[in-house]
Amino acid sequence: MAFNVLLYTSLFVFISGVIYKIYTWFSWEIGISSRDIDRSERLSAAFKGMLEVIFSAKILILIKVFILDVVFQKRILKEDFLRWAMHMLIYTGFMLLLLMHALDEHITASLFSEYYSTLNPFFFLRNFFSMMVIAGLTIAIYRRFILKVPRLKTNSMDYYAIIILTVIMISGFFLEATKITSISDFERMVEEFSDVDEKKDINALESLWVHAFGVVSPDLKEPFEEKLLEYGREIHEINCASCHSSPKWAFTGYALANILNPIALRLDRAKGSKILWYIHILACFFGLAYLPFSKMFHIIAGPISLLANAVMEKDKPDPANIATRQVMELDACTHCGTCSLGCSAATAFDALDNENILPSEKMVSLKSLIAGKKMSPEELKAIQEGVCLCTNCDRCTVVCPVGINLKELWLNVREDLIQKGYPEPLLLSPFSFVRGLNRYDIPADEYYKPVNAAKQAVAGKFDSLIKQSPLILQGAGIEEFNQLAKDNTFSYCFSCQNCTSVCPVVCSFDKPEETLGLLPHQIMRCLGLGLIEMASGASMIWDCLTCYQCQEHCPQNVNVTDLFFGLKNLAIKNVKKA
Amino acid sequence: MIKYALFLGCNIPARVSQYEDSSRAVLKNLGVELIEIRSFNCCGYPLKNIDQKAYLLSSAQNLALAEKQGLNILTLCKCCFGSLKKAEYLLKEDLNLRQDVNHTLADIGLKYEGNISVKHLLSVLYHDVGIDAIKSRLSGSYKELRIAVHYGCHALRPSRITRFDNPIAPTIFDELVEITGAVSVDWPQKLECCGAPLTGINNDISINLTKKKVSDAKKSGADYLCTACPFCHLQFDFLQKRMVENNGNSEHLASVLYPQLLGLCMGIDKETLGIDMNQLEEHEDAKG
Repeated sequence: MAFNVLLYTSLFVFISGVIYKIYTWFSWEIGISSRDIDRSERLSAAFKGMLEVIFSAKILILIKVFILDVVFQKRILKEDFLRWAMHMLIYTGFMLLLLMHALDEHITASLFSEYYSTLNPFFFLRNFFSMMVIAGLTIAIYRRFILKVPRLKTNSMDYYAIIILTVIMISGFFLEATKITSISDFERMVEEFSDVDEKKDINALESLWVHAFGVVSPDLKEPFEEKLLEYGREIHEINCASCHSSPKWAFTGYALANILNPIALRLDRAKGSKILWYIHILACFFGLAYLPFSKMFHIIAGPISLLANAVMEKDKPDPANIATRQVMELDACTHCGTCSLGCSAATAFDALDNENILPSEKMVSLKSLIAGKKMSPEELKAIQEGVCLCTNCDRCTVVCPVGINLKELWLNVREDLIQKGYPEPLLLSPFSFVRGLNRYDIPADEYYKPVNAAKQAVAGKFDSLIKQSPLILQGAGIEEFNQLAKDNTFSYCFSCQNCTSVCPVVCSFDKPEETLGLLPHQIMRCLGLGLIEMASGASMIWDCLTCYQCQEHCPQNVNVTDLFFGLKNLAIKNVKKA
Repeated sequence: MIKYALFLGCNIPARVSQYEDSSRAVLKNLGVELIEIRSFNCCGYPLKNIDQKAYLLSSAQNLALAEKQGLNILTLCKCCFGSLKKAEYLLKEDLNLRQDVNHTLADIGLKYEGNISVKHLLSVLYHDVGIDAIKSRLSGSYKELRIAVHYGCHALRPSRITRFDNPIAPTIFDELVEITGAVSVDWPQKLECCGAPLTGINNDISINLTKKKVSDAKKSGADYLCTACPFCHLQFDFLQKRMVENNGNSEHLASVLYPQLLGLCMGIDKETLGIDMNQLEEHEDAKG
């Protein structure tokens, strides 16, 4: 009764959870890709897309991807054998347990008429499959906490996943061990399954089970007479052996039973096996009910992501389907960290200390953001920086084991964030090169808005620069000045203006100082005078091509371009501080 | 056998894979062995504007990875080249800086002692393989093909650091082009920037510079631009095409990557060289 109530409750929560999750795939907005597309459009586009795939040759791609990437996890194998072994052990072990053991009444019993959970091979296999899961979990813990795979972050979801699986497995082992030692279970089974009812016979059988099969009896103890055991064996063969293999075959449970031996009687009196049974099934049911809301949901979303991306990759998919897919992909992410390991820009994480630079952590933040969690300005700025600090090398997408199209996700979310968000200085670096390449795909006003906002935050035009009053003279002692003065070649400048006259940017304008604020030679003079604020506020430094013509042509060997870099770093630091 | 660690950077695998494919094909033909180091990361070039330390660390990590295997680095990208070269220079000059960087690199079990160096594809071809060795591998040559070579800023300058060629009157790219039988035309804008560093930051200036170069190369009688850098290539190829499509600018000039140009003369097929992946269509006279 209790079992059924628990089962149906957790099943109900699980199914409602899955339905809710799928509902979010079609209803949550994500970046600019979901703009102006409503739920019903997304839903009908998805149905249309699926039908088109199912009734076309693309179904073959699906079958291939399902076998290679979903079942055999080829993508993980390609990256890391240990991780593949870990995942295969956990997932095949658990799946087989689910089918053979948890659903035994429905599956195993109907396939094998002679099925008994206590009979080989099922008896042995249950232990074997569990040990596969345990081996996988051991590798997982080893990777996360001992090997410390670089850039592999562990968050509460990862702890949860490891803990819930461990509790299910370990409680199962203890349950089996307690049952093996339990005298009351022995008595119950004798009464239920055998025809033995004479005191003498029960005594002989019990002696044998104490002697050979790990039962701990309050009355009967070793040593036993060989004759008695021999008689017990006879009764065992007639009454028990046909539906109960030797508990030694349950090798883990049996080994554990030996360890529990000294406290077995107390455990039995305290109804140990009943308690453990509750722990075991409660853990299973909790895991089931919570699955849609935990990272375990990747069991469902992961294969969908792999399959969807495999068929959506080639041709231009319906924009409505891209939005849906991208929300779904957030659920598919297992936080495995493969993307972060391959990330080209990840070294910047070590220097700038923003976890959102790592793709795997970006996914965690995006999940919260897309789900509509309230974020502080600091959190939002950090996500925005993380999404923008990306070289679009696409390595994350190539290695993702669940096939998430991360490159498109970043571009989509980035565009949305910089349109609505804070001025982003990273837009003034080659990190926005790909955005620049896609210039013609973005409406002009939208394209220029975030770049101009960023520029406004860090630089001014000439008018505003000279209006700064009083002019801030800074000298030795100010940290930023000292940093710049390390390369104090600006002090050799005698204003010959060679730098300015060879500059291709300056040459692009009729009245360059109006747009650029200050010209290269003026910036060098500013530095000579200690007008750092003014120098670092000039638009010129951001419109610099870094072609090094100025530096190459300077008769005084002033490192003009390199000094520009220093000034840009300084300006960004000031914006961040503000 | 000459052996290098191949440094691809971020742009090539994602957007200009024909550059990798053609370079591999050509270098294989010339007996240059390329070793793959999967853990190479971004050279740090885009970080220069943001944080010099973050840039230097990125570059240094790559140098350390190559040094661990005792290999010099061959880059295809000139911006990667410039960035790595500058890091190589700084870490050689400033021992305190090297110590600082190594302190951070130690966390991931790496260190850089300054024992390897960085070279660009063109330097390797010119200096290590040599003009004569390349010539001996050619199976055909171009007739009446006029090429405008684009040197690329970050290889040429600052010359004190890059030591690529004479920054005022460079010749190695011209010579490499001319061994294919093509003529390297003289053009005033030859050493100027392609505009790519401002793509995304200030597209107006960037496009303006690209237009200027294209128009100058055309005026000087070139049939093709020739580059050896993914940024320059994307600017002259992908972006120029988009400019033409959107502005109806009829004055356009297709661009080819140097290993593609060379590869055709070696008899390597067009598919391997990824000629069709270039966006602007080629002229009919570009047959080897």
